[in-house]
Amino acid sequence: MLLTVLSGFFVAALAPLVHRHIPPRHSGLLFALFPACLFFYFAQQLPAISAGAMLLESQPWVAGLDIRLSFMLDGLSLLFALLITGIGTFILIYTGRYLGDHPALGRLYALLLCFMASMLGLVLSDNLIGLFVFWELTSITSYLLIGFNHEDAKTRAAALQGFFITAGGGLALMTGLILLGLAGGSFELSQLLSEREALQAHPLFLPMLLLILVGAFTKSAQYPFHFWLPNAMAAPTPVSAYLHSATMVKAGVYLLARLQPALGGNDAWLWLLGLTGAITMLMGVYLASRTTGIKQMLAYSTVMALGTLTMLIGIGTEQALIAAMAFLLAHALYKGALFMIAGVIDFSTGAKDFLQTGGLARQLPITAAAAVGTALSLAGLAPMFGFIAKETMLESVMGAPALAVVFSVAAFLSATLGITIALVVGIWPWFIRRDMPELPTAFRSPGPALLAGPVVLALLGLGFGLLPALPEQALSAAASAAAGHAVVAELALWHGVNTALVMSIAALLLGTLLFCNWGRWRSMTDAGERFARRLGPERLYAMGMEALVRFSAWQTRVLQNGYLRYYLMTTLGTMVVLVMAALSMNLSGIRIAMDFSGVAFYEYVIAAVLAASSIAAVLTNERLGAVAALGALGFTVALTYVMFSAPDLAITQVLVETLTVILLVLVLFRLPGFLKLSSRPLRLLDALTAVIVGGTFTVLILAVTATRYFPSISQYFVEHAVSDGFGRNIVNVILVDFRGLDTLGEIAVLSLAAIGIFAMLKLRSGGQE
Amino acid sequence: METLMAFVIGVLYATATYMMLRRSIVKLVIGLVLLSNAANLLLFTTAGMMRGAPPLVPEGALQPEGPVADPLAQALILTAIVIGFGVLAFAVVLIRRAYDVVRADDINRMKGTDT
Repeated sequence: MLLTVLSGFFVAALAPLVHRHIPPRHSGLLFALFPACLFFYFAQQLPAISAGAMLLESQPWVAGLDIRLSFMLDGLSLLFALLITGIGTFILIYTGRYLGDHPALGRLYALLLCFMASMLGLVLSDNLIGLFVFWELTSITSYLLIGFNHEDAKTRAAALQGFFITAGGGLALMTGLILLGLAGGSFELSQLLSEREALQAHPLFLPMLLLILVGAFTKSAQYPFHFWLPNAMAAPTPVSAYLHSATMVKAGVYLLARLQPALGGNDAWLWLLGLTGAITMLMGVYLASRTTGIKQMLAYSTVMALGTLTMLIGIGTEQALIAAMAFLLAHALYKGALFMIAGVIDFSTGAKDFLQTGGLARQLPITAAAAVGTALSLAGLAPMFGFIAKETMLESVMGAPALAVVFSVAAFLSATLGITIALVVGIWPWFIRRDMPELPTAFRSPGPALLAGPVVLALLGLGFGLLPALPEQALSAAASAAAGHAVVAELALWHGVNTALVMSIAALLLGTLLFCNWGRWRSMTDAGERFARRLGPERLYAMGMEALVRFSAWQTRVLQNGYLRYYLMTTLGTMVVLVMAALSMNLSGIRIAMDFSGVAFYEYVIAAVLAASSIAAVLTNERLGAVAALGALGFTVALTYVMFSAPDLAITQVLVETLTVILLVLVLFRLPGFLKLSSRPLRLLDALTAVIVGGTFTVLILAVTATRYFPSISQYFVEHAVSDGFGRNIVNVILVDFRGLDTLGEIAVLSLAAIGIFAMLKLRSGGQE
Repeated sequence: METLMAFVIGVLYATATYMMLRRSIVKLVIGLVLLSNAANLLLFTTAGMMRGAPPLVPEGALQPEGPVADPLAQALILTAIVIGFGVLAFAVVLIRRAYDVVRADDINRMKGTDT
């Protein structure tokens, strides 16, 4: 499995190179071979997995942190892997034709393959950290995919918006996953899933759940984070078809289903997921029903589907999970096909809005047939697979352990509006004949490469509907993984006359009525749109971003003001606060030594000279006086080294001090004399700062010299200087032997300084000449 | 002795801070010199001060007899002294160059990046 994931990245890296050497019409087919192979590999595993087996594979990655690149294949992963690779195959074939003349097609192939590999890694990961890494990789690659037409400012903004929201949710998710791993005692999903009791009894269960949900909800475009998804339609159509049918946005749903056995089955889970899902479903279907953009409508209906899935996983009964998996499959099939059909309309006629289309069935008969089939599935009408999915969904919401009435009403409303959308999609562009405006561009016939995806996916939807036993095995395995115990899905096209069927028929009638009054419905709901524009989540997001930019500008002005003294003040203030805080938090463990015993008289004199010469350097008004005071200070420091057993230091200090004095005299002499530039209150403030800083250091030294936490490592050098370093001057041995690399670095610094000085002096003479 | 030195180093840090907060660049340089001396003495003091026990091994012996002053701190300070001098020399020449351009001994007039 490691190979299946990593090979994706490898192929992605090769794609642009290979692409350069073959005509674009064939390159799509060629690259499609790769996901097709993976699809068959995963399909081969189906019998074993549905018999209850689970494939595990583990490779150490960051051994020190116990992070492993481990993969797990069970029913849930398998269903997703099949969808990712299966639909990916058609998308790649489609891309080669749809964007055949695009100059950056090679990049798109690379990004699509990268994205596919990340997505596979995400659904196959067993390790939480690995899962998170792949999760973020999908965010990054989808950002690049959405922003593929990067010359367009709107596209860039949409890509950035999607990235901000998903990556922001990713941060929450990371925290949540780490909490999950710590609470469950393992970072391997396969072990965590059996830790249900321990996890749910953990005191941090609720924060952990909320953080993970924020991650999943942002990725899966749940209300109020739903607005990035329709905006992401700025992407090329094949990308939209891929991201929003089977992959990117389903990552959140995957995570929820994956963690359901561990975190689900309680009130918090049911209420949070159920209600968020129901609201998202209604928002999505409502917005879809009143938009006229083709891709926009599909995008909002994706939001609806994601809401439905979240709600079903929230309900969490066996039947609800079966319904979720069936709905997931049905949605992936019809949504992938519908997006590709939208692309065909755009490709052939240039139309991007339903109002620009009409009567296309004559020109695009195959596309129209596929569209009708998939629209039936979207509407949830017999004999498509979508019908089975919807019936199961309606039955399971009525069987919800709580809030059954709320969920049922929401599902009914959503089904009604869903019918309206489906009728618009399946009838409007094809059969409605009106006095049409001219088509935006001349008609182009779509080739088989564009039609392959929609037709095959629509036929699959029909086939699964007529023979529901076909996908039963895979769906049972997936639902079992999501439930945490074995579940058998029994799907049938005809369930007899029951409440769900009655609801469906009522929804069909109401939805058709609404479709007949589609124009009136749109103008009726304009008020809501105006309100959302003023105070909707997207407006709030925009306001938040503006505020963030303003805040950054403000804090840059404050912190990066260009005045050295404020930088220094900030640095020193922070240091004083941190040191004092550390000391005061540890008051009991720290002793302050006040020990003047054994200090000889001449040592007092030396100390006094040190203090006096530094103060003199401050007080003097003449440069030469200051330099002299510095000299006095330096040589007294050398004297201190001599008296306290540091002859090497003393020698160096004397040498350096002499050079310093010479240098200062030479250079400072050419600068003007001191001026009093600051006002008196300012100087007093600086003096106060200086005393506080000095006092902090005094306290620090007193505390440090009296308190020792760890034994010194110096003894090692003392003992080994002769035996290992063959030198009797221990300081020298340390410098040139034990820590020789440090000394090399020091020499490098000095050389750099010398080169810099030389350059600056040369530059001056050069400039003057 | 460490107690006494703690106060001396406090004075050195205070004077260094005060000088570095001045607008005059020359005073900033003086502050830098004070600061590096203060930091060296800080290391020296916190490692423990010993009289008459330099870290040398007598001829023919494998280890010094009795305790000696901390050689590691001394090695670090030695490096620090030399580096401090390199930084100082660089700063002084840089300031000299800057003065040629700005024609003022005032840091606040060096705020802009364009002059």
